[in-house]
Amino acid sequence: MANRSTLALIGGRVLQAIPSIAGVIIVTFVLTRALPGDPAVYFAGPAADAASIEQVRQALGLDRTLPEQFLIYLGDLARGDLGQSISTGRPVVEELLRRMPASMELTLLALLFSLSVSLPLGILAATRPNSWIDHLCRVIVTAGVSLPVFFTGLFLVYIFYFILGIAPSPLGRIDIFYLDPPKITGFFTIDALLDGDLDTFGAALSQLVLPAITLGLFTLAPLARMTRGAMLAVLSSDYIRTARASGLSRSTVLYTYALRNAMLPILTTLGMVFSFMLGSNVLVEKVFAWPGIGSFAIEALIVSDYAAVQGFVLAMAFLYVALNLIIDILYTMVDPRIGLEG
Amino acid sequence: MKAFLKHLRYVLTENPVTLVAGSMFLMLILLGLFGPWIVPYDPLASSPAALQPPSAQHWFGTDQLGRDVFSRVIVATRLDLTIAIVAVALSFVAGSVFGSIAGFYGGWADRIVGRVTDTIMAFPLFVLAMGIVAALGNTVENIVYATAIINFPFYARVARAEVNVRRGAGFVQAARLAGNSDLRLLATQIYPNVLPPMMVQVSLNMGWAILNAAGLSFIGLGVRPPTPEWGIMVAEGATYIVSGEWWLALFPGLALMLAVFCFNLLGDGLRDLIDPRQRT
Repeated sequence: MANRSTLALIGGRVLQAIPSIAGVIIVTFVLTRALPGDPAVYFAGPAADAASIEQVRQALGLDRTLPEQFLIYLGDLARGDLGQSISTGRPVVEELLRRMPASMELTLLALLFSLSVSLPLGILAATRPNSWIDHLCRVIVTAGVSLPVFFTGLFLVYIFYFILGIAPSPLGRIDIFYLDPPKITGFFTIDALLDGDLDTFGAALSQLVLPAITLGLFTLAPLARMTRGAMLAVLSSDYIRTARASGLSRSTVLYTYALRNAMLPILTTLGMVFSFMLGSNVLVEKVFAWPGIGSFAIEALIVSDYAAVQGFVLAMAFLYVALNLIIDILYTMVDPRIGLEG
Repeated sequence: MKAFLKHLRYVLTENPVTLVAGSMFLMLILLGLFGPWIVPYDPLASSPAALQPPSAQHWFGTDQLGRDVFSRVIVATRLDLTIAIVAVALSFVAGSVFGSIAGFYGGWADRIVGRVTDTIMAFPLFVLAMGIVAALGNTVENIVYATAIINFPFYARVARAEVNVRRGAGFVQAARLAGNSDLRLLATQIYPNVLPPMMVQVSLNMGWAILNAAGLSFIGLGVRPPTPEWGIMVAEGATYIVSGEWWLALFPGLALMLAVFCFNLLGDGLRDLIDPRQRT
């Protein structure tokens, strides 16, 4: 029975994401139609004459009314058609899918780094208030949110590539002397391991470390701050005092009782952190010439390749809605008290 | 007023960090106002002395065209602060108006404003800003609008929540019985009480607005070279980092960082001043 109600809760969460998705679709539709001048001229490309512009206008349905255009747009989305990229001449979906693994690999490793530093840091700071680690935590938290992510990236490159020479040149996912590992998951590090090629794995990982740290540093601050705050609040509660008084071991009190309850506000913060992360991902990809969807979007922006930019915005928004959904579902599983209305 | 000044002095002396942030803020404003007249070189004038490291003549060195980096960093203060301040002011006003209406009347108004803010928040905000600039056109004004739009939800939510808890308060009912219209109630009775948390939101938000605008110009949106602006200067300097010319990107990046740091500290200080209970 308990399982069933959890499933119902998760189903409810999924339903709650629908308005967000609808909003995202409407906004991206409005953005494409808000282009200055005539969208048909843009989508026809710079070399088009009057006849081909008219052709594009009809092909895109731009001669119809707005509600009709919206329905066509919905139909295209349902078929996974985001239009053609002018700069590469291929479907936008194809371009995005091809670059997605690079961005995902970077973002996931950054998240892993950020969580593995911020959680222990926050917990240590909360359990030892006013110690050096607490002060360190406070400095990192304040400085971390002030550092422009592209600036940190550049200086990590300067220190580790130019001065120390231990990092590879910040160009792309893998050194030019190595071949790409055979494509299985699209994650170079995992593919290289699956292939049993440790050299390639090392090369891919060494390219990945600096951008991932850069991205992780930026998201460390809000997570560490929230962990510290949540742990402090939980540790001063009655049930922790009771648990301590009952003679439970320090680690049981900390991890089983305190951390599990502190996870709730941390999970909430994680939603905001993903928003930062997907945004700064674009900047980090530019700094490290990382061939992900962020770099693709920047190139498209510069040459006014609107279909590509809109496709990128839509893809990122869907990804973000999905991540928030996952967080919500985790939330429901961590906190059994929470109901659909919670 | 006297009590406020006393509290202000207490906060400043109790927390020297706020005092430092306050002086930094003052310096930024002065540089923004008078920057173009106090710099030693013309920020746009190139010279044969290209890519010189920092020296007595050029404190921050020179860039690839021989322009003085120090002068460019100082002159850029005005543009960067203007973009952030105008954007934050726009979202402050729009957020106050729509948030107050939503919180005061509830019902449909509340649902519409709530839906709009939720929709904006459904995007990764920087990505939405990129999309808006791409759609509206690649200009500095559109950077300002995009930054204002992605900041709008924060203000609208604070205003809505703060107005909502006060709309049935005793002093509001008394003012209503005295014959005041809804608009007068909102403007003279409720909103003045909402202003303090809104101001805290402003100073906490300002640093983020600067970072966002600089990020957009870093990827080549809005500000065009040769205009001095911190984000674009870091972007131009990025090419030279791998060959060891660190000063091109370091100084504008540091200026950006200091400005954001200053606003963040100020925001924390302001929060202590206005709402001592939230202190962490």
